[in-house]
Amino acid sequence: MAPALHPTNQLLNGLSLSFFFFSPVLKKRLVKLVVNFLFYFRTDEAEPIGALLLEHCRISKEEVNVFSISFIEEPDRKYCFECDSEEQCQEWVEALRRASYEFMRRSLIFYRNEIQKMTGKDPLEQYGISEEARFQLGTHKQ
Amino acid sequence: MLEMYREKLAKKMKLNERSVVHYATCDSPADHAGFLRKRVERHHHHHHHHHTTSYHRRWFILKGNLLFYFEDRDSREPLGLVVLEGCTVELCESAEEFAFAIRFEDAGAKAYVLVADCHTAMEAWVKALSRASFDYMRLVVKELERQLEDARKSLAACHKSPRKLSSGRKRHLSNPALPPVQEKPPILENGYSTWGSSCTPAGASCCDQDGGFSKPPPLPPRRRSAGGSLYIAPTSGLSLTLQESPVSPETACFSKLHHWYGQEIAEVRREWLESKKSGEL
Repeated sequence: MAPALHPTNQLLNGLSLSFFFFSPVLKKRLVKLVVNFLFYFRTDEAEPIGALLLEHCRISKEEVNVFSISFIEEPDRKYCFECDSEEQCQEWVEALRRASYEFMRRSLIFYRNEIQKMTGKDPLEQYGISEEARFQLGTHKQ
Repeated sequence: MLEMYREKLAKKMKLNERSVVHYATCDSPADHAGFLRKRVERHHHHHHHHHTTSYHRRWFILKGNLLFYFEDRDSREPLGLVVLEGCTVELCESAEEFAFAIRFEDAGAKAYVLVADCHTAMEAWVKALSRASFDYMRLVVKELERQLEDARKSLAACHKSPRKLSSGRKRHLSNPALPPVQEKPPILENGYSTWGSSCTPAGASCCDQDGGFSKPPPLPPRRRSAGGSLYIAPTSGLSLTLQESPVSPETACFSKLHHWYGQEIAEVRREWLESKKSGEL
C-alpha cells in the first residue's frame, strides 16, 4: 500500500528512513538518533526541521518495513516510519527502545541492585554518587 | 511586521510539544528542582543601546538530561527547555552572587546564566546539572555493567551451582532438565509504564546461557566514540569532564532546538523586533 520509495537514498549515520506524519503521502526524510531525540531533516538540508523527544513513548512494529512511535499521553497518535528493509526496521526498533534516558536509568538501577545483591556493596559509593537523586531506586518497589 | 514574524515562526523547529510538556509536568520524579533567577539574554545591535541586565525568577525542573523552566511552580506548561548535552556547567563571574552558567560546545549557542538563592543551592544545582547528560549516564551504566560481569565471574568461580544465585527474575519453573526457556521481561518501552513496575530494563533477555545468569541489557547506541577522553577517578567521584570534544554535527541539532525552545518566546520576539529595528533581518 505504501508508495514507492524515492530512488536516491542518502545515508546519514548509516541509516535512512522515509516517513510520513498522519498523511498518506510518504515524505522522504533523513532521520538521526541523537541521545534521546530523533531529529529529522529534509534530504538536502543541514539543519533539522524537527525532533521527537523519545521519553514515555512506545515503539511498535507495524506492517512490513514499518514501525511507529506513539506517546503515553496520546497512544492513538502514531508517527510512522517506513524503512528500506525489514532488517533495518528491526535495527531501528531496537535502537529506539533503548534510546530514552529513563531506559538507561532503569538499566543503571538494575545493575546497581544486582551488584549490591551479589557483593553486598553499593557500586556507586566508591564514586561518591550514591546519594544522587538520579540513581535512586525511587518509587521502585524493592 | 506581523507577516515577517509569522514567517519566522513558520520556520520554527518542530517538536512533539505535547509529549514534551507531558514529560515535564507528569509526576515522574525530578532529579532536581527549585527556583533560580535566569538572566535575560538580549542582542545589542545598536552600539549606543544601553545594556541592562535583568533576571527572571523561574521554577526549574531537571529530569534526566532535560532542564525545564516554568513561570511558576504551579504552571501547567514550561516556558522553555534546555537539553544538557555537550555543555559545561561552571561558576561564573557576575555581578550576581551564586551565579553559574551552562555553556555549550557550539560557539553560536547562547549560554544560560542562572542565579541561585544561596551557596548550597548553587552547589547542588551545579552538581546536578554536571551529571545530567546522557553521556554521563551511559558512562556510569557501562561501568556498572563491567562491575556486574566481574562480580558474576568471581562468584561463578567460587560457587559450584551458579543457578542458586539467580535473583528474583522471572524464570521458567518447569522441568529443570529441559533447556531453559528464554524469557523476556515485560517491555517497559522507554518509560511507558514506569514507576510502580519492576526494575527490569526493557529488552533484557533472561536467557540462561551461562548457568542461570541473565544477560545484561545491551547498551543504548553510542552517539560517537568517547575514546579516551573520559576519566574515572575512584577516589574523587566519577568526574566526567565533557572536554573540548570537537563540535559534532549532532551538537548543531541541539543549538537549533535551543534557539526555539531554550529561550522564552517573549525573548525570541524581542530579539526579532530589535533586529528589525536595526535594519538587520
